[in-house]
Amino acid sequence: MYVAVKGGERAIENAHRLLAHERRGDRDLPEITLPQISEQLALAVDRVMAEGSLYDRELAALAIKQARGDMIEAIFLVRAFRATLPRFGATEPIDTGRMQVRRRVSSTFKDIPGGQILGPTFDYTHRLLDPQLAEGFVPDEPAMAAALEGATPRVTDILGRDGLIEPSPQGEADRPVGDLTREPLSFPADRDLRLQNLARADEGFLLALGYSTQRGYGRNHPFAGEIRFGEIEVEFFAEDVGFAVPLGSIELTECQMVNQFKGSATEAPCFTRGYGAAFGQSERKTMSMALVDRSLRARELGEEVLAPAQDEEFVMSHSDNVQATGFVEHLKLPHYVDFQSELGLLRKLRKEFADVQGNEELQEAAE
Amino acid sequence: MNSRNRMLQDENPDVARRRAAMAVLARAASEEIAACLEGIALPAFENLREAESGLVMVRGRIGGDGAPFNLGEATVARAAVRLASGEIGFGYTLGRNKDKALMIALCDALVQSGEFAGVVETKVIAPLRTAHLARQQRQAAQTAATKVDFYTMVRGEG
Repeated sequence: MYVAVKGGERAIENAHRLLAHERRGDRDLPEITLPQISEQLALAVDRVMAEGSLYDRELAALAIKQARGDMIEAIFLVRAFRATLPRFGATEPIDTGRMQVRRRVSSTFKDIPGGQILGPTFDYTHRLLDPQLAEGFVPDEPAMAAALEGATPRVTDILGRDGLIEPSPQGEADRPVGDLTREPLSFPADRDLRLQNLARADEGFLLALGYSTQRGYGRNHPFAGEIRFGEIEVEFFAEDVGFAVPLGSIELTECQMVNQFKGSATEAPCFTRGYGAAFGQSERKTMSMALVDRSLRARELGEEVLAPAQDEEFVMSHSDNVQATGFVEHLKLPHYVDFQSELGLLRKLRKEFADVQGNEELQEAAE
Repeated sequence: MNSRNRMLQDENPDVARRRAAMAVLARAASEEIAACLEGIALPAFENLREAESGLVMVRGRIGGDGAPFNLGEATVARAAVRLASGEIGFGYTLGRNKDKALMIALCDALVQSGEFAGVVETKVIAPLRTAHLARQQRQAAQTAATKVDFYTMVRGEG
C-alpha cells in the first residue's frame, strides 16, 4: 500500500526543470515543431491517437513532444486531456464501405472488385537502413495513374453474398452501446465493449496475444480477408441542428480476418470473422486486434477456452497500457511506511528462526 | 438517429444543401475559409452559443457493417450564430478550432438567407469544394498508381 509522503518540493521542482532542459536537448539545434511531428512521425501520432483513444493529430503531436517520444507517457497525457472536455454525444456509426481508400489488400482473393491497392506501405521494402535519409533527402514526386472508378466493397461483403461467411451481428436498435469510459468493466463482456477495449489496447500486448494464437495458444486459422486504410467522413446528429451534421474526415484502418468455419446440425458450415479497427494508419494493431477479437469469441462459438488470448477477463483487464503502467510504475513511489512494517516483520521472523536454530544447536551439543 | 429523421433529412432539399455546404467547410482549413469570407461584405450577427470545444464518441460497426461499438473519441469545436435578419446557423468541425466553428456557423446562416445564399456559394463553398476535389483527385491518382496485380505461381513448377 502507498502512504502519502511530504517534503521534497524543491527537489521535485528542480527535477522537472532538469527534465524540461533535457527534453529540449542541444539548444544549438532547431526546436522540433508540432507540424513536423505530425507530418514526419505520422505513425507515432496515429498510435498515440488510437491508444490515447482521442482523434486529434495536433494534441497527439504535442503529447509526443512533451513525453520526449515516450509513447505510453504520450498516450497517458492524451487520456488525461480527454477528461477535461465535455462530451457532446456519439457520432453516427461510420460506414467503412464508403472509405476513400488509400490502401486496400486482401490475402484471400487476388482479383477483388476495386483491386489490390498497396498505398503507402513498408511491405516489400528491404528493411535496409537508408543513409540518404540521414540528411537533406528530397523524395521523388509520387507516380500518378488514372483514378480507379467504382466502389471498393468489403471482401467480407463479397463472401457474404454466397453465405460463405457469417454475417456481422446486427444488435437491437434500442440497445445502448457499451462504453467502458462510463461504466467499469464487468464480465462476461459483450463484443461491443470488447472491441472498444481492444481499439484502445496496447499494440504490443495485442501483437503478442495475436501471435500466441497463431502459434497454437487458441488457434483460429486466420486469413487476412482484407486490410483497408483511408479517410471516412464522420457525421454527428446534433439535437440543436435537427439533422446529422458532417464533422469532417478521419483516417482509419480496418482489418477483416476470415477464420476457420463452424457449422452445426442446423447450420451449414461457414467462415467466421474477427474484426479490427483503429484511428490512423495502424495496420499491425488492427491485424492483432482482429486475431484477438476472434479468439475472444470462443465462448460464443462453443470453443474450449484454454489459452490466454481466449480469456476475456485476462485480455481486457491487462490490455490498457495507461492502467498497466500506472500500477507497475507506482512501485517506484515512496513505499517507506509499508516497507518499514515489512522490514519489522522480517526482522522478527529472522529472530524467531535464529532462536529456534540456537535452541536446536544447544540441544544437539547437550546430547 | 432513427430512420425517420434520416428520411426527413434526405427528402428536405434545404437540409441537403446545408449538409453539403457543412461537409465542404468542415474539410477545409480555417485559413482557407477566412480568406474566402474576406470577399464578402458580411451582415451583422450575434453569437447564439459561444464557440466551445468538446468531444464526440466516434462509433464503428462490428465487422464494418454490424451493430455499433465505441471506437474512440474525437475533439470537436462548435458554435451557433444568428443573423440580424433572423437566420440561425450552426458550425461543427473536428478539432479544437473555435474560429473555424464560428465561420462554419456563419456560413450555415448565410446559406439559409435569401440575400446571401448565392454569394456564399460562389465566393466560399464553390472554391473550397473545387480545392477539395483537386486534392482528392490528386490523392486518388497517387493511390491508383499503387494498384497491383498478383500472379499466383503453380506449386511444384519453376
